[in-house]
Amino acid sequence: MGKDKFIYVTYIRATPEKVWEALLMPEFTKQYWFGVTLDSDWKKGSPWKMVFSDGRIGDGGEVLEIEKPRRLVLKWRNEFIPEIKAEGYSTCTMEIEPFGDATRLTVLHEIDKSESKLITAVSGGWPKVLAGLKSLLETGEAMPGLTSVPGCKSQEAVNQ
Amino acid sequence: MSMDDVFKALADPVRRQLLDSLHQRNGQTLGELCAGHDMSRQAVTKHLGILEEANLVATRKDGREKLHFLNPLPIFEIADRWIEKFEHGRLRALDDLKKNLEGKPDGKR
Repeated sequence: MGKDKFIYVTYIRATPEKVWEALLMPEFTKQYWFGVTLDSDWKKGSPWKMVFSDGRIGDGGEVLEIEKPRRLVLKWRNEFIPEIKAEGYSTCTMEIEPFGDATRLTVLHEIDKSESKLITAVSGGWPKVLAGLKSLLETGEAMPGLTSVPGCKSQEAVNQ
Repeated sequence: MSMDDVFKALADPVRRQLLDSLHQRNGQTLGELCAGHDMSRQAVTKHLGILEEANLVATRKDGREKLHFLNPLPIFEIADRWIEKFEHGRLRALDDLKKNLEGKPDGKR
């Protein structure tokens, strides 16, 4: 069986603790991750899910490894596009290391399947998410256009 | 790694070819990357080093092999720097259109 995998690396001028917080805490993710909230108690073996601003579940799975603020490994499956969900679980590893005054964040996403649609989808999403995260931590502002999924209601619209 | 490193790394046709090769098939070994080139292993290694230094290539050990992956983030950041404001307009236009069609004008933005 083939494998499909990518590795993205970004350097962020912030501490590992801050990068960790910004990756997981809703008050941060809502600003740069298309408005999503990652919902979990962040313990090994616990479920996690990605909730869009309109309440739909995007992806989800299980926390395989967690070592704050260094390493997080998630079992990861798409939950809302049937043909991608059918591919089953992928593994996403996030590694956070100090690098001089900055922090090196590595995201490795892989699945035991060649030409995976899930990997194609997330490999297109991660650059935007990581660039948004970097921008938010370095400038205090996420890039515009990243606060909601196009076609998904923004949080204020949901609250109305 | 600065943006200068990224542009310098990209300013060489061999290095762009190496990125093309990884774009086509991610996660190659040095040997696989050399196969497409009429160059010594040392020369390819040097080019890969420059790409890695610029964060355009990320590497990972897999058993005894070192695998090379295309890291698109520096290029994404370049695009973002100059293109994002146009893209933003397009996204907002789509968003506005959707809200109008759904009959829920949102004046709060």
